[in-house]
Amino acid sequence: MVSLSSLSDEAASLTDVTFGYTPSRPILSGISMRIPRGKVVAIMGGSGCGKTTILRLLAGQVKPSAGRVVVNGQSVPELKKAELYTLRRRLGFLFQFGALFTDMPVFENVAFPLREHTDLPEPLIRDLVLMKLNAVGLRGAAHLGTNELSGGMARRVALARAIALDPLLMMYDEPFTGLDPISLGVVSQLIRRLNDALGITSIVVTHDIYQSLNIVDYIYFVAAGGIIAEGTPAAIRASTDPFVKQFVNGEDDGPVPLHMKAPPLAEDFLGRMGV
Amino acid sequence: MVNGLLRGLERLGAATRKAVTRLGFASRFLIAVLRHTPTAFLRLPLTLREIYFAGVLSLVIIVLSGLFVGMVLGLQGYDILSRYGSSEALGTMVTLSLVRELGPVVAALLFAGRAGSAITAEIGLMKTTDQLQAMEMMAVDPLARVVAPKFWGGVISMPFLAALFSASGVFGGYLVGVQLIGLDSGAFWSNMQAAVDFQLDIVNGIIKSAVFGVIVTWIAVFEGYDTKPTAEGVSAATTRTVVEASLAVLAADFILTVFMFRGV
Repeated sequence: MVSLSSLSDEAASLTDVTFGYTPSRPILSGISMRIPRGKVVAIMGGSGCGKTTILRLLAGQVKPSAGRVVVNGQSVPELKKAELYTLRRRLGFLFQFGALFTDMPVFENVAFPLREHTDLPEPLIRDLVLMKLNAVGLRGAAHLGTNELSGGMARRVALARAIALDPLLMMYDEPFTGLDPISLGVVSQLIRRLNDALGITSIVVTHDIYQSLNIVDYIYFVAAGGIIAEGTPAAIRASTDPFVKQFVNGEDDGPVPLHMKAPPLAEDFLGRMGV
Repeated sequence: MVNGLLRGLERLGAATRKAVTRLGFASRFLIAVLRHTPTAFLRLPLTLREIYFAGVLSLVIIVLSGLFVGMVLGLQGYDILSRYGSSEALGTMVTLSLVRELGPVVAALLFAGRAGSAITAEIGLMKTTDQLQAMEMMAVDPLARVVAPKFWGGVISMPFLAALFSASGVFGGYLVGVQLIGLDSGAFWSNMQAAVDFQLDIVNGIIKSAVFGVIVTWIAVFEGYDTKPTAEGVSAATTRTVVEASLAVLAADFILTVFMFRGV
């Protein structure tokens, strides 16, 4: 079992981070988490709880109003634009729906980071692109246009593009959304396999508990701006925490209520009838 | 009554502040784009591609519109000039109308509708589908890679399009005046040559079209980049590009004309 305290080598960490898109409504308040090197860590929670914001903080797209965000030993909010871009060359980011460039075919999409950041000769770029596509099982799709791909294929191509520059840290934003069961299995196994084969670190932001329990090493549950539960998949399965139980079992009512806060029933219904 | 007046003033103030803030944003955006100009020219294929999309693909609409506008000018001009017995000045009238005003202005309006809207929609959709963000995450600045080449592609295309519009318009005027009505071909061309001044008419027309090119493309790239990332957002931004660019071109045309042709 992985114990986070025993792993001092961190790929990334958040310490007492507070952030809100508007100051009056903080999304994250005093959150801390550590991402050990070489592991696959899931950040889970309901929609709109700030999961994706954590990735944006790590990638330096937004700055925290308080706290420290460290990636690969560097304090991200303090980096200048050029330094941030240098760091980002070592980060891979998979967007929810892939975000492939629609004006380029599959091959050029994967070649994009290589062409932008290296002066490699064309034959080498070709070999590298085919290798990356082969790693996601889509070498045969190199010549296709992005409009010819299914949702699952598009995400795998985007994954090949994200690992083109051999990142230290891969970030996945809702990689399982809207996939059929087969694609779901393929993508989740790829996340695990690539992590181990390339020796990278992965952060998976998702609300798909079943896939996560199968492939990740550690899970953080985020709700109400903080971490309300964390642990290995085995610990999460055995957890008696009401929130974790509700989330794992998909119960409709519990600590996260089914009904949004509203006036009492009688007041709402009878009031309207003028009784 | 007083309250209503105050509320109206409040709304006017808020709208003005919003407009000024937006203009400020757009100006800072333009400066940022200009800062990436070296990229647009060092990576010439990117800009050439945009010249193709904004310029070459607009050729048909520009040349055809120019031809029709020139033919209408020929008919109307002949009708008016013949009242004063000076129908041989038709070539001069058609050409001066085109190179001074209609060429740059109508070409810019068509350019805003054809290329400006396409630029806004493309950048807006790239934003909506996270493509710009993906680029940023790959440490590639979308301002340098996408926006600057599109901006320069539009700016470079516009004067050529205006010149072609004027040229095909003059030819349209010739078709109507000489071929249809039967004016003397020599008088048509030689009067035109004698009356059109290179500096005053042609160069000023080119300056106008270059300024319009900057205005239209600036608005198009800004609206695209500033799109609300939804389907309605892209559609609203595209509409705004055409409306704002058209109004800005007409207003700028008045200002430029005041400086160029005052008291001449």
